[in-house]
Amino acid sequence: MSTRAKATASRRGPGSYAVVAAVTVLTLAFLAPFLVILLNSFKTSADYRAHGSLSWPASWNWDVLGDVWQRVDFTQKLVNSVETSLGVVLIAVVLALFNAYALGIGRVRWRTAFLVFFLGVNVVPQEGLVYPIYYLFKELGLYDGKLGYTILVGITYSAFGTYLLSSVFSGFPRELIEAASMDGAGRWTILWRIVLPMSWPTLSVMCVLFFVWSWNEFLYPLVLLISNENQTVPLGLSVMQGQYTSDPTALSAAALLGVIPMIVFFILFQRSLTRGVTAGAVK
Amino acid sequence: MKTIHQPPARGRGYAVFLLPGLLLSLLFLAVPLVMTFFYSLTQWQGIGSPLFIGPDNYTRLLGDADFWASFRNIAFVILGMAVVPTLLGLFLAALLFDYIGKKHGDGVVALLRSGLYLPQVIPVAVTGLMWGWILAPEGALNSLLDKAGLKSLAHNWLGDPDLALWTVLGVLVWIQLGYPLVLFISGLQRIDPELYEAASLDGASWWKRFTRVTVPILRPEVYVVLVTTTIAGLKVFAQIFVLTGGGPGNSTLVPAYFAYQNFFERADVGYGSAISSTITLLVLLVAGSFLTRQAREEI
Repeated sequence: MSTRAKATASRRGPGSYAVVAAVTVLTLAFLAPFLVILLNSFKTSADYRAHGSLSWPASWNWDVLGDVWQRVDFTQKLVNSVETSLGVVLIAVVLALFNAYALGIGRVRWRTAFLVFFLGVNVVPQEGLVYPIYYLFKELGLYDGKLGYTILVGITYSAFGTYLLSSVFSGFPRELIEAASMDGAGRWTILWRIVLPMSWPTLSVMCVLFFVWSWNEFLYPLVLLISNENQTVPLGLSVMQGQYTSDPTALSAAALLGVIPMIVFFILFQRSLTRGVTAGAVK
Repeated sequence: MKTIHQPPARGRGYAVFLLPGLLLSLLFLAVPLVMTFFYSLTQWQGIGSPLFIGPDNYTRLLGDADFWASFRNIAFVILGMAVVPTLLGLFLAALLFDYIGKKHGDGVVALLRSGLYLPQVIPVAVTGLMWGWILAPEGALNSLLDKAGLKSLAHNWLGDPDLALWTVLGVLVWIQLGYPLVLFISGLQRIDPELYEAASLDGASWWKRFTRVTVPILRPEVYVVLVTTTIAGLKVFAQIFVLTGGGPGNSTLVPAYFAYQNFFERADVGYGSAISSTITLLVLLVAGSFLTRQAREEI
């Protein structure tokens, strides 16, 4: 490796630096919108009116962020998003694990038909389900409540998880399960003691992926979580768009507040996320 | 009745694990789907009982200019979500993997890839807030053009009926590019490095390696990206909702948003259901043809 590294390093020339520079400029241009809202979230209104949106803030002023935080009750929105997302992850992963255990390891009858079913419900657009769900949730008293919403989204993701895990499980070493069976272990024990520990890598990737998806959900929370106490972060902030069009620094601050949690999450879980995207697509 | 049974020792005792997931999916996903289809054959305001009218909503769709506009716009959305990001992603992935990575190390590649992927994890609602802010008539983009002495290029990006769809397309590319990029770079990792080296030793230029080695090897990934993003494009809702609300006029209207308007703004549930049933059917057709093709290739 070291000799090759040397060899390639020696091939670096002005041309290769120019290519790196070009891609870097492209990447920075991609990230520029984040920088713009960062700068404008810290300006006073007077500063914004005087110098426009492209200047450096005259002083780093936290008031606008604090003000928006209070106006949208951002603490409550964060709690809602964390609660629902964690609930969704839990429901989706547990259901997917059970489903995949029956389909991938148990190889129950009609397993192909069941897999096709899960795959089918996985691609069905939410627009095709949302009205009856809205109607039924109203009838059942689940409307505008986090519980019903969390269960719904959890079940939705479990279909994808079932599909992903089943294909992982179909390559699971059968000898292990048969050996445990011989020793008198029941289905539960096998799932709990053998299958679960061995599928942690896939499960952890699924957890990260589902958390991001759930955090970013739009249509269901728009329709089903309408009150201030139940709104999630993205929805709570996007309301600002209609209400504060004449207050650019506040809008910018709202966008910044919405961006930060996912950037932090991305930095922490980047690796799992990348693996999840890859596994989800190619499997 | 077929008489092919699984050996009892294998299949028995597992079915109970499938029960909760299957029942809940039926209840929360399959039942609403059937209900939507039923509503699409009725006239209903969302209260009282639906009035059965047969296929009238569908014939009404065929004569509705908004419906056709929404499908024309979907073609643009698919361009912005599937086609452009795939082409750009292929080029960038090859550039990062086969050029920058080899000369400047994997660290640089990882950093650039993360930067380009970041828009993918930001909630769409927030993306809309951010871009709405930047693209507003007095927003940052127009100020930038003004400062660069290109004031004549400033536009009302999202408010001009001739331009809004193109602007949306640009934002969609910004959101989507990271997805194919990450998939393609990870796909390239399974290529035997000696293949590239042999190709370079034979004097193949970077472009030749791109067209003869990279693209053919990434064929499965390209296919997956095109199918998944085409499906996502057919379903597109949030991006339009937060950027333009379908407007101005119907210039950026998409079927899912059109259905939403009928459900929740016009209380025309039957008609909205006909629109969303049509999208659902289209999505299932695309996904189904993909799966059968994939199954055939695996055999």
